[in-house]
Amino acid sequence: MSQSVGINFKKSSIDALVAGFLALILFGPIVGVLLDGYGFSAEFGRVAWMVAIVVVGRFVMSCFFQTEKGVAMAFRYANNDEGATVLSPNHKSKMVWIIPLVILVGLLVPFVASKYVLTVVILGLIYVLLGLGLNIVVGLAGLLDLGFVGFYAIGAYGLALGYENLGLGFWSMLPIAALLAAFAGAILGFPVLRMHGDYLAIVTLGFGEIIRLILTNWASFTHGPNGVSAPLPTLFGLEFKRRSKDGETFHEFFNLPYDSAYKYMFIYLILFAVVWAVLFIKHRLVKMPIGRAWEALREDEVACRSLGLNHVLVKLSAFMLGASTGGLAGVFFATYQGFVNPSSFTFFESALILAIVVLGGMGSTLGVVIAAFCLTVLPEMLREFAEYRVLMFGILMVVMMIWKPRGIVRVTRTGFAARKGAVK
Amino acid sequence: MSQENILKVENLVMHFGGIKALNDVTFDIKRGSVSALIGPNGAGKTTVFNCLTGFYKATGGKIVLSAAGKETSIIKVLGEPFQVSDFFSPIAFFGRLKYKMFGGSHLVNRAGLSRTFQNIRLFKEMSVVENLLVAQHMRVNRSLISGILNTKAYQKSEEEALERVFYWLGVVDLVDSANRLAGELSYGQQRRLEIARAMCTNPEIVCLDEPAAGLNPSETEALTKMIRVLRDEHNTTVLLIEHDMGMVMDISDYIVVLDHGEVIAKGGPDDIKNNPKVIAAYLGAEEDEEVTL
Amino acid sequence: MDIVLQQLVNGLTLGSVYGLIAIGYTMVYGIIGMINFAHGDVYMVSAYITAIAIALLTFFGIESFPIIIIGTLFLTVAVTGAYGWVIERIAYRPLRNSSRLSVLISAIGMSLILQNYVQLSQGANQQGVPTLLTGAIRFTVGDGFVQITYMKLLILFISLLGMGVLTYVIQKTKLGRMCRATQQDRKMASILGIDTDKVISTVFVIGAMMAALAGVLVTLDYGAFDFYVGFIIGIKAFTAAVLGGIGSLPGAMLGGLILGLSEALFAGLISSDYKDVFSFSLLVLILIIRPSGLLGKPEVEKV
Ligand SMILES: Nc1ncnc2c1ncn2[C@@H]1O[C@H](COP(=O)(O)OP(=O)(O)O)[C@@H](O)[C@H]1O
Ligand SMILES: [Mg+2]
Repeated sequence: MSQSVGINFKKSSIDALVAGFLALILFGPIVGVLLDGYGFSAEFGRVAWMVAIVVVGRFVMSCFFQTEKGVAMAFRYANNDEGATVLSPNHKSKMVWIIPLVILVGLLVPFVASKYVLTVVILGLIYVLLGLGLNIVVGLAGLLDLGFVGFYAIGAYGLALGYENLGLGFWSMLPIAALLAAFAGAILGFPVLRMHGDYLAIVTLGFGEIIRLILTNWASFTHGPNGVSAPLPTLFGLEFKRRSKDGETFHEFFNLPYDSAYKYMFIYLILFAVVWAVLFIKHRLVKMPIGRAWEALREDEVACRSLGLNHVLVKLSAFMLGASTGGLAGVFFATYQGFVNPSSFTFFESALILAIVVLGGMGSTLGVVIAAFCLTVLPEMLREFAEYRVLMFGILMVVMMIWKPRGIVRVTRTGFAARKGAVK
Repeated sequence: MSQENILKVENLVMHFGGIKALNDVTFDIKRGSVSALIGPNGAGKTTVFNCLTGFYKATGGKIVLSAAGKETSIIKVLGEPFQVSDFFSPIAFFGRLKYKMFGGSHLVNRAGLSRTFQNIRLFKEMSVVENLLVAQHMRVNRSLISGILNTKAYQKSEEEALERVFYWLGVVDLVDSANRLAGELSYGQQRRLEIARAMCTNPEIVCLDEPAAGLNPSETEALTKMIRVLRDEHNTTVLLIEHDMGMVMDISDYIVVLDHGEVIAKGGPDDIKNNPKVIAAYLGAEEDEEVTL
Repeated sequence: MDIVLQQLVNGLTLGSVYGLIAIGYTMVYGIIGMINFAHGDVYMVSAYITAIAIALLTFFGIESFPIIIIGTLFLTVAVTGAYGWVIERIAYRPLRNSSRLSVLISAIGMSLILQNYVQLSQGANQQGVPTLLTGAIRFTVGDGFVQITYMKLLILFISLLGMGVLTYVIQKTKLGRMCRATQQDRKMASILGIDTDKVISTVFVIGAMMAALAGVLVTLDYGAFDFYVGFIIGIKAFTAAVLGGIGSLPGAMLGGLILGLSEALFAGLISSDYKDVFSFSLLVLILIIRPSGLLGKPEVEKV
C-alpha cells in the first residue's frame, strides 16, 4: 500500500459527491421522468444506476490521477504533441507483403462468403470509400466538412435519376456522378473556402441538410420520400436480373440457375477494384505537390500564402476530390440497395463518416480502412446495441479528441536521402 | 532590368479601426541592397511588412514591386473594391473581378517577394525537407496525371526540387536535420529554416522580420554571413526588421527608421547613427541631449 | 395584406426565439472563438425538460397558469444551465490548447451524445405538452384579420425581458466586465487575476439558459417536439448570429429578428417547404458578401 500514500481520499470523495450531485440534476428529469402523453412514469431505478456509475467512475478517476502513473498520463494529455514520425530514407514498408495478400484474400471473399457476409463487406467497402474521401478533406486539408453525405446523395440519386430520366446505366453514371459531386463541391466550396474554417463546417452542415430537404420535397423529380429505384451494373451488356426485357441476362448466358448472390459478387468485385484504385491514387497524392500543399495548409494557412500558394484553390482541390469520392460511393450504394430514398442521407451518416476519419487518424489511410470496417461491420454483428451506435460515435469523437487527436494509427512521413544540393 | 528601385512605397497608410498603425510611410529599396527597417516596438514595422506582402490591405497609398521583369501594384492584386466606373467598362470590371476572385497575398510572392515571420510560422508537423518542398510548389510539376502515373518528367522535377532543398539546407546548415519534424528543431534552427523556405520560392527580394531575435551572438554572426550570401551569390535584395543595432549597422546599406507609424529618418548607417531624432525615438531622450548609439 | 401582417407577427416571435438561441452561439464564439455545435441540442434538451416540468407540476396538482409557467421557466433554465456547464467541462475545457479542428469535432461528438442520450431515455417518438394558454387578440385588416395569440405576446415579452436582463448583466455588472475583458484578451485577463476558465464556464451557462428560455417558450407555443428539433433550429440560430455579426450580443438579437421576419415572409408568400433552404441560402450569401455581419467588426488576422 506504499504507493497509495499520496492519494487524498477525502478529495476524491468530494469530487465524486459533486459529480454525483450534478449527475442527479442532469439525469434526474431526462432519465428519471419518462414522458408518456401529457403524463409521465417515474424511472428512478435508471437514474440511480447512472448516478452510481458517475460517482464510482469519478472516484476511481480522481484516485487514479493522484497516482504516479495518473500524473504522468495527465501530463501527457496536457502536452499533447506526440507528433508524426519521419521514417528513415531507406525504410522498407511491410505493406509490400501485406497488400498482395490482402488483394488475394479479398478476391476470394465473394466465392467463399455467404450472401449475407458479402453484403456486409460491400457496405464496409462503401464506407471505406466514404472515409477515404472525407479523409482527404478533413485529415489532410484540415477542412471540417459536415455535409459529406450531400455528395454521397448526389452520387446515389445521380445513378437512380440518371437511369430513370436519361437511361444512363451504372457504367456511364460512375464517372459522371464523380464529376457531378466534384462540381457541386466546387460551387459550394469556392465562396466558402476563403473564409474562416469554422464557417465551412456549418455551411456544409446546412448543405447536407438542404440536399436532403430537396430530395424530400421536390417530389415531381425525386419522388420524395418514396424514393427511386436504381439499376444494377451490367457485364458487357449482360444483366443480373432474373429476366430481362431487352437483353440477355448473366445466368442465361452462362447457363446457370438464377442466384441473386451473383449480382452482389459482381458489385463486390467492381467495388473492390475501385477501392484499390482510390487507395493507390490517394497514396500517390500525399507524396505529390498537391498533397504536400494540403497538409501545409492544414498546418499554417498564412505561411502557405506567403509561399505563393493560392489557398482557396488548394482547399478547393481537396474539397472537390473528396466530394467526387463521396459521389462514387453513392453510386455503389444505390446499385447495391437497388433503391434510394432521402432517409439514407441524414446528418447521422455524415457523423458516421466523420467518426471513421477521427478514429482512423487524420490523414492515415490504413487507419481509415480499419476504422471503416470496425464502425460498419461491428454494429451489424452486435445488433442488440444498434440503438447505442450514435451515442458511441459521439463519445468516440469527444474521447479521441481529448485522448488521441491524431487517431489510433500513428502518422508517418516519408524520409528523404541526402543528396548533393544544386540550384538551377 | 533597368529599374533601379525594386520596391517603391508611397504614402502608405494603415488604420485598424481607430488605431493608426501607419501614417504616410514613404521609402524606396534599391535593387541588390541590404536595407533595414528599424524603430521601437509598436512603431509599425511588422505592419509595413504585412502591407508589403499583402496580408493587410493598406488603407491608402501605393506599393509597387518591380521584379520578374514587370511592375506589380500590390494593392491591386489583392482585389480592390468595385468603382462606379467599372460598371461601364467591362475590361476594368473583369480585371477587378479577376483579382477579387483569385487575387490575394499569394500573388505578391509569385511576383517575386517572399518573407519570414516575426513569430515563426513553419509547418510544424511536416519534415524539414517537406517544408522546403512546399515552398517550391509553384516551380515543380503539379500535373495530377503525371504525378499519379509517376512519369519521367515528374520524377525529374521532383529530383530537381530535392536538389534545391539540399542546396538551401546546406546554406542554412541544416542538412543533418533534413528528416526531422520542423517543430522539433531548436529556435535558431527554426529561424534559419524559415529563411531557407522563403528563399526556395526564388524571390528577388526577401523580407526578414526580426531574424536575429532570440539568437545568441555566434548564431547572429552566422546569420549576418548568410544574409551576405543571399545578396552576393543570389542577387537577392534583402529588407530586414531588426533590433540588434550592431548587426543592422554592420550589414545594411540603407536604413529606414519608423516611429509611431511615421518615417522619421532614412539614409546610410552613418547618417542614422548620428540622427538626433532617431536617438530620441529610441531612448525617449530630449532631442538636444547627446546620446550615442 | 393580412397574410403579410400575420406573417410579420409570426416572424417577430420566431425571430425573438432565434435571437435568444443565437446569444449562446455568439457569446461562446466571442469568448473562445469556437462554434458550439451542441448548442442546438441544448435547446432540444430544454424542450424535454419543459414538458417534464409541466408534467411534474400538474402531477402535484398545480393548476394556476402563472405558477406553472414560472415554475417551468425556473426549473428548465436551472437544469439546462447545468447542462451547459457540464458540456463545457467535459468536451471543451480539456481541449483549450488543441487545434480548432479538434474542438469542432469534440463539439459534434457532444451534439451526437445529447441527441442519442435523449432518444434513448425518452424514446424516438414525438412528445408534446398540453396547450396551457389560449386566446388571442384579433384585428380586422381589409377582408381578413390578423391574430396575435396571448402565447405569442408572452414569447415576445419574456424574450425581451431575458435579453434586457442579459444586456444589463453584461454591461453593468462585475461579471459582465469580466466577460468582456476575457473576450478582448484572454491572456491579459488571466494575468489581471480573472479566472478565465470560470468566466468561460459562465458564458456557457448563460448561453444554455437563454436557449432554455427559448425552449420553454417555443414548446409551450408549438406543443410538439422530438430529439431532433435542435438540429435545424441550431443552424437557424447560428445563421442569425452570423447575420448580426458573430461575437456581437446586440447583433445576435438583431440577426434573429431579421431572420425570423424574412423567413416568415418567405414561408407565407413563396413556399413553406423551402423555408429552411431559404435561411440556409441567406447564411451562405451573408458569408460571401459580409462575413462580419451587420454589427460585427471585420476580423483582421494577426500575422
Ligand atoms: N491586426 C491588427 N489589429 C489591430 N491593431 C494592429 C494589428 N496589427 C498591428 N496592430 C497595431 O499596429 C501597431 C504597430 O504594430 P507592429 O507593426 O506589430 O509594430 P512593430 O514595429 O513592433 O513590428 C501596434 O499598435 C499594433 O497594436
Ligand atoms: Mg514586429
